[in-house]
Amino acid sequence: MKQPILAIQNLSAGVEGRQILKGINLSIYPGEMHALMGPNGSGKSTLAGILAGRQGYNITGGEVIYCGKDLLALAPEERAREGVFLAFQYPVEIPGVNSTYFLKAAYNEIRKHRGLPELDAVEFLAFVKEKVKLLELKDDLLKRSVNEDFSGGEKKRNEIFQMAVLAPKFAILDETDSGLDIDALKIVAKGVNTLKHPDNAQLVITHYQRLLNFIVPDFVHVLYDGRIVKSGGKELAIELEEKGYDGIIHGAAVPA
Amino acid sequence: MIMTETKPNVAAGHRITELSLNHKALELSESNADEPAWLLSARKDGAERFAELGIPTLHDEDWRFTNVAPIARLAFKPVLAPAPHGVTGEALRQLGAFAGGKLVFVNGRFAPELSSIAKLPEGVKVMSLAAALAGEPALVEKHLFRFARTDLNAFTALNAAFFEDGAFVYVPAGKAVAEPIHLLFVSTARDNGNTAHPRNLIVAERGSRVTVVESYVSLGDAAYFTNSVTELVAGENAVVEHLKFQDENQQAFHIATVAAHLGRASNVVTHSIALGAKLSRTNIYATLAGEGLECILNGLYLTRGEQLADHYMVVEHAQPHCASHEYFNGILADKSKGVFHGRILVRPGAQKTDAKQTNKNLLLSDDATAATKPQLEIYADDVKCTHGATIGQLNDESIFYLRTRGIPLEKARRMLIHAFAGEIIDRVRSEPVREELDKLVWDRLEQNEEVTVNK
Repeated sequence: MKQPILAIQNLSAGVEGRQILKGINLSIYPGEMHALMGPNGSGKSTLAGILAGRQGYNITGGEVIYCGKDLLALAPEERAREGVFLAFQYPVEIPGVNSTYFLKAAYNEIRKHRGLPELDAVEFLAFVKEKVKLLELKDDLLKRSVNEDFSGGEKKRNEIFQMAVLAPKFAILDETDSGLDIDALKIVAKGVNTLKHPDNAQLVITHYQRLLNFIVPDFVHVLYDGRIVKSGGKELAIELEEKGYDGIIHGAAVPA
Repeated sequence: MIMTETKPNVAAGHRITELSLNHKALELSESNADEPAWLLSARKDGAERFAELGIPTLHDEDWRFTNVAPIARLAFKPVLAPAPHGVTGEALRQLGAFAGGKLVFVNGRFAPELSSIAKLPEGVKVMSLAAALAGEPALVEKHLFRFARTDLNAFTALNAAFFEDGAFVYVPAGKAVAEPIHLLFVSTARDNGNTAHPRNLIVAERGSRVTVVESYVSLGDAAYFTNSVTELVAGENAVVEHLKFQDENQQAFHIATVAAHLGRASNVVTHSIALGAKLSRTNIYATLAGEGLECILNGLYLTRGEQLADHYMVVEHAQPHCASHEYFNGILADKSKGVFHGRILVRPGAQKTDAKQTNKNLLLSDDATAATKPQLEIYADDVKCTHGATIGQLNDESIFYLRTRGIPLEKARRMLIHAFAGEIIDRVRSEPVREELDKLVWDRLEQNEEVTVNK
């Protein structure tokens, strides 16, 4: 059996005084797309943050193995170099940091880590041009500061654009669909689907089923109160749409 | 002109009112015989004003964050006879001074052998102020002292009394000067206590366009005092970009006044970049004297060690439909201090004023301090005035975002610090000036260890 890209084992975590994740178990294998759905407050963003290395959480138990390595022991930049990517729910604006400069720096850090030669400015621009087209972003985007004055939709498309450039092994999409209209959603989905590959994997975190009409997952998990209470195939998302979270959760056996 | 050495009476904490400026000091000497009566009168006025006002103390509201008493303690002496200054073109190049045509002043005196200005459009005049007083007295008289009045503050008074030279830039109506004009003020800084009072007059007539850069740098390590005054007159529809670049040595005192008078529908941007000096204070007075004009005040100050960089500005909206925007960013390291005091005065008739003021301070150490004081006096009722100030450290979320893309912590911090400075530099419109400035500031930031320390 292939080694999982990501194996979360009994992960518990919280912030000061409050447990948020209460024993998460999840394995993701190469070529798989997993969707994680849950009501507000279930712990979705906490899980995304912990996987990406965001500070402020206490890990109270369990572990996360990424390609055989202890993920939680790695700094955020080390995780990125190892191929982990987080598409933020609320991408921050960074005025004064040029988008191209930033992305080239990031790309070259990862290349360096893999023992590959770095690209210069000209080579890099040629390389990213087609990915700009894929996400239907304006050409001038690369000349602007990171996310500055981007609309909500542009910010989300920019996240997927970065994903296309950095080609991660494991991508976490944190509510990438929130705030998007149907057209933007389709573009984002097209981007994500194009990047899907037998060697990589994705964890798509979403509140609404709508996205999953366009990004079709292999597995769907329902997160409730810090636990995965139900897992299934893509049909589970449709069932969720019909019955609502309440219907699914109270029909599911909650572990003691 | 004969100038006596001034020995101010400094009792600790007391107002300095006694200054033995002797009226005899302003007796006409042979060199003075050429000076017109109106100029001599202004000098006398300046001397009297200074004696009256004295060097500001911390009890003066507009100076309360900045102790300038050490200037008086420095027995400042004007550099009298023009001695061979020993400054070479090579030395200037090593200073990294802005490339291109320039007027060079050494210790406040025009150095024609180091200066060269490219061919100018017809009617445009770029020369030393002393030469202008001789060659274009009417033009100079029309504008000099009109806006940086002798009584503006003690230092403009002192400058009026003692200025020897500076630059005169005149652009006639409708003319555009494509290349930036550089005014380079170099202090040899060999002996402690030298003083220079450069005075510049920039006149951009109706519909003209010009970019003027004034730089203050030094070649030595001794303490000295630069007290400069620049008057800038922008006529109707004129487009002017002005930049003051200050990189005096770490012992120097730099007090500068920029007084700008803006005409109808003009577009004026003035930048102040403060990198050096032990203590620097830049006063910017902008009078928005015509309707529908736009004025931008843009500044960056980098301080470390025990430096203090102070910016004080008064923007006066005297007419309706004018926009003024102030953007000042400070990057403060070690035990240094940044001060920002921005007064916006909106007069009763100045309806539809759009005034904005933003001061952001980035503290790189626990001991750095920033003082920021917005002051809005609004006497019209249909206006938009906003002000904002921040004092803080780098944004954690931004650092995290960069790290999740593979950029290591230290590099992420450096990128954000450079970006913070870049916000200001990006507003320089002249491409060659902006690129040169970008490089200078980049190198200076990289030299600062705290830019890379993990905090």
